[in-house]
Parts: sequence; C-alpha cells; structure tokens
Amino acid sequence: MSSLVTRVRLKQIEQLIEKGKRLDERGLRDYREIKIEQGLIERAEGSARVLLGKTEVLVGVKVETGEPFSDTPNEGVQTVNAELVPLASPNFEPGPPDENSIELARVVDRGIRESKAIDTEKLCIEPGKKVFIVFIDVYVLNHDGNLIDASALAAMAALLNTKMPNYEIKDGELKIKQGYTPLPMKSHPITVTIGKINNYLIVDPWLEEEQVMDSRISFAFNDDGNICAIQKGGSGYFTPQQILEASKIAQEKAAELRKKLDW
Amino acid sequence: MNEKTEKLIDKKGIRLDGRKADELRPLKLQVGVLSNADGSAYIEHGKNKILAAAFGPREMHPKHLAMQDRMVLRCRYHMAPFSVQERKSPAPSRREVELSKVIKESLEPALFLELYPRTGVDVFVEVLQADGGTRCASITAAALAIADSGVPMRDLVVACAAGKIDDTIVLDLYDAEDKLGAADVPVAFMPNLNAITLLQMDGILTPEEFEKAVNMAMDGCKKIYEMQKEALKTKYMVVKEVEE
Amino acid sequence: MPIFFEKKQLVTPGELLAEGDYLAGENTYMEGNKICAARIGLVDTDNKKVNVVALRAFYVPKVGDIVIGTVVEVGFNGWTVDIKSPYSALLRASDVLSRPFKPQNDELSQVLNAGDLIVAKIASYDRAHDPQLTVGEPGLGKITRGQILRVTPTKIPRVIGRKGSMISMIKQETGCQIILGLNGVILVTGKSVEDEELAIEAIKKIDQESHTSGLTDRITQLLKEKKVKVEENKNE
Repeated sequence: MSSLVTRVRLKQIEQLIEKGKRLDERGLRDYREIKIEQGLIERAEGSARVLLGKTEVLVGVKVETGEPFSDTPNEGVQTVNAELVPLASPNFEPGPPDENSIELARVVDRGIRESKAIDTEKLCIEPGKKVFIVFIDVYVLNHDGNLIDASALAAMAALLNTKMPNYEIKDGELKIKQGYTPLPMKSHPITVTIGKINNYLIVDPWLEEEQVMDSRISFAFNDDGNICAIQKGGSGYFTPQQILEASKIAQEKAAELRKKLDW
Repeated sequence: MNEKTEKLIDKKGIRLDGRKADELRPLKLQVGVLSNADGSAYIEHGKNKILAAAFGPREMHPKHLAMQDRMVLRCRYHMAPFSVQERKSPAPSRREVELSKVIKESLEPALFLELYPRTGVDVFVEVLQADGGTRCASITAAALAIADSGVPMRDLVVACAAGKIDDTIVLDLYDAEDKLGAADVPVAFMPNLNAITLLQMDGILTPEEFEKAVNMAMDGCKKIYEMQKEALKTKYMVVKEVEE
Repeated sequence: MPIFFEKKQLVTPGELLAEGDYLAGENTYMEGNKICAARIGLVDTDNKKVNVVALRAFYVPKVGDIVIGTVVEVGFNGWTVDIKSPYSALLRASDVLSRPFKPQNDELSQVLNAGDLIVAKIASYDRAHDPQLTVGEPGLGKITRGQILRVTPTKIPRVIGRKGSMISMIKQETGCQIILGLNGVILVTGKSVEDEELAIEAIKKIDQESHTSGLTDRITQLLKEKKVKVEENKNE
C-alpha cells in the first residue's frame, strides 16, 4: 500500500512549521528521543543499535585480516556497507543496494574516514602484506526518517564497542592470542542532518517531513568542531545564506549531542 | 577423519552448553516490534537473534506474478553480514534462497490462500545473529508476524529441530552441535491440526532414530507453541492492566 | 456439546473454540466438526454461532460501505485510490464529471490529484475485480480540512457505540464533525486544532481499550477533564 502523505496532511505540516512547531510537538531545532544500545550482537566484534524516534538502525562491525590497498600499505582498511532491508519500510524492495543505500553507506563512511575516527595506522600487521579490515555493516531495521544521522550514530557507537583479538606474528604466521584490545580510535565524528521545508530549516526530519521537504543537508563534525564531511541531498536547493545558517545550527546540535553522549 | 575430539554430550547426559538431551535453549518472543510492517515479531532462541516482518495482503509487484484465484505468499530469509563468525556478503547465497523457499512452504498451509485472490503477503526474515537452528526460529517468528498483521491463519506454525550427537538423540542443536553432530532434523508443525509443514534432514539416521528425532522435535514445538501464544496475547493484554 | 472458552476470552489463531452442534461465525473456521479461531481476538457466542471479534484485521470492501481514501494515481479515465485494503479502488471520471468527458479537454488532475483525500462509497466489488467507488451522493467527495486517523476496521462499531451513543458524545464534547470510514479511516474536522486533537485522543483510546469494560465512563471522564484544559489554554 502506498505511504503517500495526503495533501491535507502536508498542509498541516507546513502550517505547523510556520508557527515553529512540528507534529510530535518538537521545536524546529529538536532531535527526537535517542536511545543507544551497544554490544547486542556477540558474534560481531562490535555492534550498536540506535533508536532515533521510531527510526531503528543496527550496525555490526566485523574485523578480519586481508591485504592493504597499494597506495596505503601501512594502513588498515575501513569499508561501510548499508542495507535498506525490506522489513524496514513498505517502500524498500529486496535486491542489490540502490542509490539510496549506497549514498547512505558512503556518507556514513565519509564522516568516519575524513575525521580519521579509526586509527588505521595501528591496524597494520605486516606492512604491504597484511592488515586488519574493519567491515561496518549498517542495517536499517525501521525507517521513520533521518537514516543518515541514526546510521552515523550507530556506526560510531558500534566502533566504540569494537574489540579486536590480540595477535602475534610467529614464524611469519599470524597467530591469535588470548584477550582483546579496543579498536584504536582517534576521533568521534557526529553527523547532523537538516531538512528544508518552504525555506524553514528543521533538524532531524522524520518520515512525513521528508516527503514534504525539498532538500536536506548533512554535516559531519569532528571533536574540534571542524566540518569533515558534507552531503546535500534532494532535488531542491539552498541559498548560500541558508547553507551557512544550516552549518551553524548543525554545529550547535553536534556539540549538544557530543556532550550528551560524552564523546 | 575420525579423531576423538571433545565429546558433545558426556556420560551424565549433559551437553557442552550445560543442557540435557531434551532441553530447549532459552527463548524470548516479542510481537509488534516494527512500526512500518503490518505485522512483526522478534525472537531470541539461544544466541539466535531474528527479526520477522509481514506486509499485506497487498497488491503484488510486479503485477504479473499475482494469481487470479488466490493470494501468493513470498518469503525472504536473509542473514546480516555480521550475523556469523566470518563476515558474510550481503548478497543472497544459495542456502538463503533454499531456506526462503522451505520457510515459505512451511507457512503456506496455515493460510487461507483462496480468500484474497490477486494479492500477495510478503514475509521478510532478517537473521541478526546466528547460532544454529535459524530456519526454525525464523518460522516461529514469521508465523507470529503474520498473525500480528491480521491475516487469518488456520493455526500458528512453530518449528524446532532435533538431531543426533555422539549416538544420542537430542533436542534443539546449536551451531557447534550441528557442525560436529551426526544429523539435524528441523521440523515445522501446526499443533492444533497435527500437521507437519517442514521436514528436512541432513546426516545419517536409522529409521528408529529418525522417528525418535521427529517425536522429540514435535515435543519441542509444542512447548514453543505455548510461548508463541503467550507472546501474541501479551501484546493485546497490556491494555487489560489499564482497567485494573 | 462442548464449548472450550469463556465469554470474551482472548484467543489466538488455531485455538479450539467449540465442537459439535455450532456454527462457524466471524474469524473462525471449521475443521471437521471443530470450530477454531482464525485471528487473534475475543470469542463469544450468538445463539449457536461462535464469533471472534478480531483485535487485528484489515478491511475487505463491501458494497455500500462509506470509506475514506487517498488518491494515489491519476489515470486516463479515472483515479486509483488507496482505501487501506489489500485491493486498491477505482474512481471513474464519469462518476465525478457530470457531463460527458473528453480525455484531451479534461485534465483529471485538476479535479482530483495524487495526495487528495476523498470520502466515497463502494459501488461495486467482487472476487475478480477491484472495488469501484462513487462520490455521486451528498456528503461524499474531496476533503479539504481536518485530520485523519486510522483504527483497526473491526473497532469502528465500538467507536460508534450502542445506538451511536459513543460517537455522539465525542462529537458533542469536542464540537467536531466526525466521518467514520468503515475501512478504519476516520476524518475529524473541528473549529480548532485542539478540539480535533481531543477527539482524536478519545478515539485512539477506544481503539486501544476496546476490549475492556467501563470504557464509556473513562472516555466521558477523559473528554471532560481535557476539555477544561483546552478551555484554559484558549483563554490564555
């Protein structure tokens, strides 16, 4: 069945936004309730589940060994994959990742990579030959809007939860030892997404607002408050002033979140 | 290779995870956990963590797959890359395709397909963590998801496996027992109709051992069935507390 | 002849309800001479008929039912409407336009477009064809104001109440106009958003607690309490 938002409802959303309110009584700058749970998938080296309102994202981190990329022989490898599984929304169909899930994976990846969240140099086992590969799998379980922020949060929480097995090189062979070390992290990026409805900027758009908004922009900030990734999405546009205003709002919200999460 | 490795069940009849031969792993069931699905359920069975959702009855996409005189059930069993020891590629494997089919065929007999022609019900099962017996746990959760969606059913379908480890017939094998054991027999069952809707086996069993295994699996099914009913009722009973 | 349940007991699909000289009513089926539940709900008897009032079901169209739906597609000679049923419904252009209609001259999207809400009646439906709608009666047509909420279709009778008592009370206390689609979609139109929200809250409560007793009293109380708050807010 279609989850088309009716005209009457769209008008309602717009009218409320003009008064500075949203359907669930949030202000234009407020996030929905955020709940984070770590370590729920013991099979994975790290995992976390984020509930952002009713949006639910599960991230599992698997750490395996493999060859490094030729241009970075001393660094471990990070790779992010996102699945918009069909049970998360009547609009998701089974099949290979579509442009939405690929964009989601690459935006989450960018925030982590550009902020150097994972200390990839510490993931080198044998330069040029063997390194640790960190697989970050983003699994969207329920789509109720703003998958980017929920996924980025879950990915970071999962990485912070990730433990790698201790190892040693004996006779040129990789041997796993007892015990674990936490994944070496250098930074804790936070991503904030802002949507635009009729020239009003709203933080954390939920599902029905996403159908009204003409575009969105996401900013990832590292621990110093510097921007390490940006992605504009949607078929509308922002004026330069709106972009600057959005970046200021995002920076404030990222600092707020960082304080709350103690990252 | 018949090296004497660690025994899977000791002389006192205790297995490596502390269970007796006829003991189920701990189970937890929850109904109605996803807001977008028409019906949903979550199961933890031992270390298995599985989410199931049902959508429909709704129009079939693509339309040409619809049947004029009946409803079509489609099922997708899928494992998350982080659900197993070695990361699994998200693309469907041959095993997932086969399991999708047998799970669908275990649920179909419970539905009144002729009631809603030209429509389809889509069931999605996502294995978030696997530890042996995922097809059985998936069926148990999927049946609850379908019941939760309001699609009429003849009965809930419940599933459980039995098998043989070290010459003993045991109930509900976990991953290590499945890999090192002699046989695994998953069974799906509709208790009120006394109908078996899924039966598979891999390994080797004598006809007597097979009968013992199937009976043991059905006993396990009956126990899990009571938990299924409880989980379904719990969701709707919450309101009764308001009254009191 | 045995019955296996207590009045208003919560039953699950497959549970044995009765054996022998009984008839299979709503949401039940017969297996041999046994009557079993087909959906989760509350079981009861009506003479010899065993019925289950389903707590969770979807809407199957019935000719004559008033329904509320959303236009999802504008076609060549009509509109496809989502009536929250396994089957999408069709509204023919000829039903809406009183004069003969010419595909090139008439822009159907000007009349009704995707995203518009309508109140309509099921004009025809059978196993082999999708339901057809009509808006050619007073009170039917496009909706321009108000809020929509959804309840399980089986709860609509409870929202109506005995001889319409429940719905009349809600209308009176909130001053709202309420249209109950038998497909479980309800339209609430009031003088203010607060009035509409109050009516919606009352209806949602009925949906959640429909299978408990003392509901009428609790709804009356809720309306009286909240109405005072609404008045206070208005006077601020």
